[in-house]
Parts: sequence; C-alpha cells; structure tokens
Amino acid sequence: MADVIAWVLVVVVAAYACGGGTDYGAGFWDLLAGGAERGKRVRWLIDHAMAPVWEVNNVWLIFVLVLMWTGFPVMFQAVFTALWLPLVLAAVGTVLRGAGFALRKPSRRLARRRVYGAVFAVASLITPYFLGSVLGGVASGRVAVGTPATAHVWANPTSILAGLLAIAATAFLGAVFLVADARRFGADDLVDYFRLRALLAFGAVVVLALIALPVTHHDASYVWHGMTRGLGLLMMILSACFGLVTVALLVLRAHRWSRHTSVATVALAILAWGFAQRPYLLPTTLTVADGAGAAHTLAWLGIVTLIAVVLVGPGLVLVYWLDTQSELEPLTDADTRAAGLPGDNV
Amino acid sequence: MLSTAPSMLSTAVNLAGSTPAQLLPARELMAFTLASHILLVPFGVALPFVTLIMHYRGLRRGDPVAMQLARRWSAVMAVQFAIGIVTGTVLSFEFGLLWPGMMGRWGDVFGLGFGVEAWAFFLEAIMIAIYLYGWRRLRPWTHFWLAVPLPLAALMGAFGIIAANSWMNTPQGFSLDAHGNPTDVDVRKAVFTPIFGPEYWHFVVAMFLTAGYVVAGVYAVGWLRGRRDRYHKLGFTVPFTVAAILTPIQFFLGDSAARSVFHKQPVKFAALEIVWKTDTHVPEYVFGRLHSDGTISGGIKIPQLDSILAGFRPDTKVTGLTSVPAANRPNAAQATLVHFCFDAMATIGSVLILLALWYAWIWWRHRDLKANRWFFRCAAVAGVACLFTVECGWIATEVGRQPWIVYNHMRVSEAVTHTRAGGIWTMLGVVIALYIAVFGSFLAIVLKMRTRWRVADEAAAGAAAVLDPEADTPYGPRHEVDTAAAGAPSGGGRGAGPSEGRPGGDH
Repeated sequence: MADVIAWVLVVVVAAYACGGGTDYGAGFWDLLAGGAERGKRVRWLIDHAMAPVWEVNNVWLIFVLVLMWTGFPVMFQAVFTALWLPLVLAAVGTVLRGAGFALRKPSRRLARRRVYGAVFAVASLITPYFLGSVLGGVASGRVAVGTPATAHVWANPTSILAGLLAIAATAFLGAVFLVADARRFGADDLVDYFRLRALLAFGAVVVLALIALPVTHHDASYVWHGMTRGLGLLMMILSACFGLVTVALLVLRAHRWSRHTSVATVALAILAWGFAQRPYLLPTTLTVADGAGAAHTLAWLGIVTLIAVVLVGPGLVLVYWLDTQSELEPLTDADTRAAGLPGDNV
Repeated sequence: MLSTAPSMLSTAVNLAGSTPAQLLPARELMAFTLASHILLVPFGVALPFVTLIMHYRGLRRGDPVAMQLARRWSAVMAVQFAIGIVTGTVLSFEFGLLWPGMMGRWGDVFGLGFGVEAWAFFLEAIMIAIYLYGWRRLRPWTHFWLAVPLPLAALMGAFGIIAANSWMNTPQGFSLDAHGNPTDVDVRKAVFTPIFGPEYWHFVVAMFLTAGYVVAGVYAVGWLRGRRDRYHKLGFTVPFTVAAILTPIQFFLGDSAARSVFHKQPVKFAALEIVWKTDTHVPEYVFGRLHSDGTISGGIKIPQLDSILAGFRPDTKVTGLTSVPAANRPNAAQATLVHFCFDAMATIGSVLILLALWYAWIWWRHRDLKANRWFFRCAAVAGVACLFTVECGWIATEVGRQPWIVYNHMRVSEAVTHTRAGGIWTMLGVVIALYIAVFGSFLAIVLKMRTRWRVADEAAAGAAAVLDPEADTPYGPRHEVDTAAAGAPSGGGRGAGPSEGRPGGDH
C-alpha cells in the first residue's frame, strides 16, 4: 500500500508541476511582457486565460503536503526541517503570487495594477525556483532524517539546476498554453508571440538538461543512475519525444494537441524522477517502506483518494472543458453595475 | 513503521524539560497566521450559501434586485476566496515549518482529516470557479445548480479541519509501543474523537452565523445612512434571517460543547472557568483574573453556578487546574486569557439571542422593518462582534489546550522546529508586513467595489428620476458602465449603499 500512496504522491507532484506550472509560466511571461503599454495585451491575455483555473491549479500543492504528512510523516518532518529556508521562501512566494494576481484584477488604477502585477510576476519566478530546489535537494540525497537546516542542502549544483529547470519548464508550459489561449480569444498576433517564447523556453530546458547531465552524475548519483537506465530512462526518452513533438507542432502551427504533448513532457519527466528514486523516499537513507505511515491510515488514504478521484475527476474535466469552450468569463463592471471613478486608469 | 522514530523520540525527550527559544516565535507566527486566516473562513464556508439563497430568490421570482445582490456578492467572493486560499496554503506549510515534531510522529494518525479536507477543498475550488465565471455564459438555472453542491463541499472541508483539531484536543485511535510511538492506528476512531461532534457543529454554525451577520451588517449601515430601498432591505433581510435563526441553535450547541469539554478535557474546562481547586459547589466567575497563587481578582462571582452549568446540580464536582502538575496545565496568564475569551464568547452569544428575538418581534408586530435606528445600529455591530467571537472561540480552544499540542501526549515544545529563534522571528516580521499589505489591499479593493456600485446605483436612480444621467453624475470619465447603469431596469432600486463590505468593511 505504501508503494501505491508513494505513486499517488508522484502523480500529484506531476499534476502540480503541470497545473501549477502552467500558472507560474504565465506569471513568468507577465514579468517579461515589458512596460505597461507594450505589455498590455499580453497581460490581458494572461489575466483572462488564468483567472478561472488558477485556484484549481494551485490546490494540487496542498495535496502534495497532505499526502506527505499523512502518508510519510517521517519524510515530511525531515524535508521541512532540512529545507526550512527554501520552503519558507516558497510559502511567502505563494502568498505574494496569489494575492498579487487576485488583487490586480479588480484594481483599476494603473499604479496599483503595476505594483500587484510586479509582485505576482516576481513571485511566479521565485516560487517554482525554490520548490524545484527543494526537489533537487531531496533528489541529490542531501536530506536524511535529522539533517539540520543548512544552506548546502539547497544551495548545491543539483538544487540550483532543478530550480532553474523548474522555471524553464513552467515558462515552456505557460507559453504553450498561452498560444492556445491566444487562439481561443482570437488574439492572432499573440499566437506567434507565445509560439516563439515556447520554443525559446524549450531550448532553455534542453540546455539546462544537457548541463545537468554531467553535473548531477556525481552530485545526485543515485537518481542520475536511475534516470539513465530502466524505466527511468524510458520515461525520460518518452518525455523528450513528447517535447520534440510539441516543438514540431509549434513549428507547424498545429496547435490542437500541443498543450497535451507539453503536459506529457513535464509529467513524464516527473514520473522518470519517481522511477529513478525507487525504492527511496529520501535517497539513499529512507525507503518508502521505512518511511510509510501506519498501514491502516495508508489504506484509508487510498480509499479517500479513490473517492476523491470519482468526485473531483468529473469536476476537473468540467471546469477545464468549460474553460476551453470559453464558457467561463469574469463578471464585468456592467454585470455588477459598477461605475467608473475619478482616478481610474491613471 | 517509523523505523527511524526512536532517535527522534530521544530528541523530543531531551527537549521536553526545557522551553526552546524558538517556541515563542513559532507560536506567535502560528497564532498570527491562523488569527488572520480565520477571519476569512466564515465567508469561505458560508458566503456561497447566503449568495445561493439570494440567487435562488432572484431566479425563482425573476427579481432583478436579488440577482444584482447575488452577482455582486460573488464578485466579492472571487477576491475573498483567493486570499483565503493563499493564507490557507501558508498554514499547510507551517505545519512542517514550525511543528515538524508533531507531523513526524502523529501525521499518519490524524492526517487523514486533512486528506478529506484537501479533496473537499479541491471540489470547492472547482465549483467556485464555475460559479464565479459562469454568470455570463451558462444558462441561468444550469449555473445555479452547478453551484448547489458548493456549501456541501464547504461543510466537508470544515469536517476535515475540525477532525484534525478535535483529534489534537482528544487524541485517540492508536496505542503506544515501547518507545512511545503510536501503533495500531484506527482511523475511524482518530477521526471521530469524543470532542469532534460538539466542536464541528459549534464551528460550522458559527461560520454561517458570522457570515450572515457581517453581510447583513453592511446593509444595516447603508440603511442607517438613509439608503432605504429594496436593494438594502433585501441585502439585509436574507443574511440576517439566516443568522437570526441560527443564533439560538448556536447557543445550545455552544453550551453542549462546553459541557463536552468539561467531560473530555477537564483541565481545559478548569481554565475556561478559572477553577483552581477540584471542588463541588464551584462558583462561576464572569470575567475576572486568575493569579498564579490561585486567587481571583475582579469579575462577578455567582455562587454555585459553575457546578450547576457543568452538571445541572450544585454538588457537581468540577476538576480544578491544580489537579495536574503545573507543567501540565495552562499557566495563570493563559487561563485568564482563555477565561476572558470564553466569557466574551458566551456574553456576545447571549446578546445576539436578544437581537434575534428583537428581529422576530419586529417582524411579528410590524411585518416589516420599521425605521428603528437602534435595531439597525445593533445589527450593524453584530457582524464585527461575531468575528471577534470567532477569534475568542479559537483562542479558548487553542490556548486552553496548552502546554499540549496533542493533549496529554505531546507538548508544544516537543513539536517545535529546531530552526533558530532569530530565523522564525524574521519570518514573523516578514509575514506580518505581508499580511498587513495583503489584507489592507483586500479591504481597500472591496471598499472600492462598494463605492463603484453605490455611485452606479445612485446614477441609475438619478437617471430614472431626471431621465438625464449627465445631470446627476458629476463624476469622472464616462464609461459604458454609466450608460449601462442608466439603462438598467429600474428594479435596481435607488442608491445602493455600502454594499458588499467584508470583515469590518463599514463599521
């Protein structure tokens, strides 16, 4: 049962990497959209594309935490002790991001929108970085039960590369999704804008992965070996294939399936990490079997998960479907009948 | 399981004797973030319900005023829900950042409630997204019915959180092995702990009650400022009625919750009622201060009453704080705080019953809300009083449990992180600054929304009267909004007031 829950955890991490990642990516492009005038349309698109689903996308993170502490309490304790600072920064980043985004939308005054927007965009950069560096710290084997919080656990080659890869991957996902959103909202100029950026971000992912290959060989040797053989390697190859397919689709402007293939690229890379790290929760000190919580709890966690899949699955499909059908639109001032005030758009 | 736990246990035992320096900042940080988050919880749990009632009324009777209110409330909900999500996520992080000792040892015993909560919360996020963004395109009744499960998901979420909290108060569903580690976990027992039922219903009803009074309070203020149209009447009546019906129910639920504490957590009950020595014929102190030598100063002493309240008879034996060693109970200052909060909660609850009765009487006598200024003044304050009461109830629960994080099984000092105190103090400073900015902006935005709506409604009213919107709105750049407002059905009523404020929005 512990193995099943461990896989659920990996799948939920993958879901967060894709759902949350798309979101962080949108924030990344918001940051690089340029000044208020130049970036106006880009930010308009990002706002409209993200708004209905960003909360849903980010709830995955809460699952990751709950699954960790309920399923593998010892691992949870070890990770949150050893990686205290990056996790604090990720938490603060989450607040800034969510608040910045939520507050920017109803603001009318340009100066305020700028502040909230900047907060949102910068936080979209630091949060995935630190979450990635946490993952890197774990994968490099630097976290063990009782490891005190020191900088080397998260300021090491593997962590830094994982953090940068997280940013690049989210930028890639974000751009691919924004291409589709631009088509959906009929903003044809932005289709090419984000198409270019998706390709650039994919290039960045490839470059970082190529750098990571030799660097992590010794720095994170257990996971490195897992990813270069067996199922881990298979997943990595599949991930790379889907990445290339995404690039091909982007180049050919066949945008229908590019979102799906980009999600597969990232999700398979996470699965590869899951395979590579078997049988360890914390390589090479704590195995899944040793770190697992009480058997009865794990059985119930499985049941709860199953019920949730039955309940949440259709809801999730519905919301994404409605969103891609453009059935979801924010209330406008005309709907709630709100007046303009002096000082708007100043 | 927990093969590595013995080593952790020894660390915990070493820590048990002393108070680590990081304990205070960790507790302050947890208290501050929870105290902030809990102000949003009533709206997260109950605002969808109140909005749906209004929405139903609007659809069923084709009432444009009710629809307008429901739409505007959901616009507020959109911002409030987002802030609730981020402040809630912080709490999840803090379990690991501040209390790794508790999660490491007990996570698999009591964590399942959080699992339920997480999925319920996911459903809530999905449905709220559909509801908030479905106004424009979905068919009206489809839109409504898609949101109907929303309050149920909110109740499920509360179920998970309260299951976890009540487990911390009355832990069970496990046995301890030779090393003192939990084994033989029985999940059902760990979820449905003795205090769970009373705590859950008391909490849930408190959330609905608070949301009702706060929303109604916003329109009460508008009414007091002379905006006595149908918009304000409806905006006041619907949430206020919900809250007024729940008030007497809450009174009994609160009373039974207190009696459950008396039976299941006698030392906490002693703190709630500042009972020093175990005795019969124990007097009740209304407020008052407990000193570390057991004397009580201030407050009103009512002979015998505490025993009577606890067991319906003056000879009921009430356990005192001194029944356990000083290290195992809240200290005098904590007990005083807990007692103050408990009494404040009980007092406000009782006063709210009078308010609910007053409301019933007004309806029974006049069948309408007459311009009784004092009633509306009280109603306007009720929401803020409720938010204060929510804080009090939470402080009474949490501080009353001290020094335990898992009642009688783990001290807060054993659970706390090993991170240096300086780091946590810094984080506390950052978080306080951050939350002030976030909550301040949130409040500012909600108030701004209110102003926009009021201006638009006044413009519409002016247009209806003068048939010339230009004459009545000497405001800035003309928007399509103004024309839309002016052309809207006159059912929108005359000037809208300080509508849709959030916590303390207008008072």
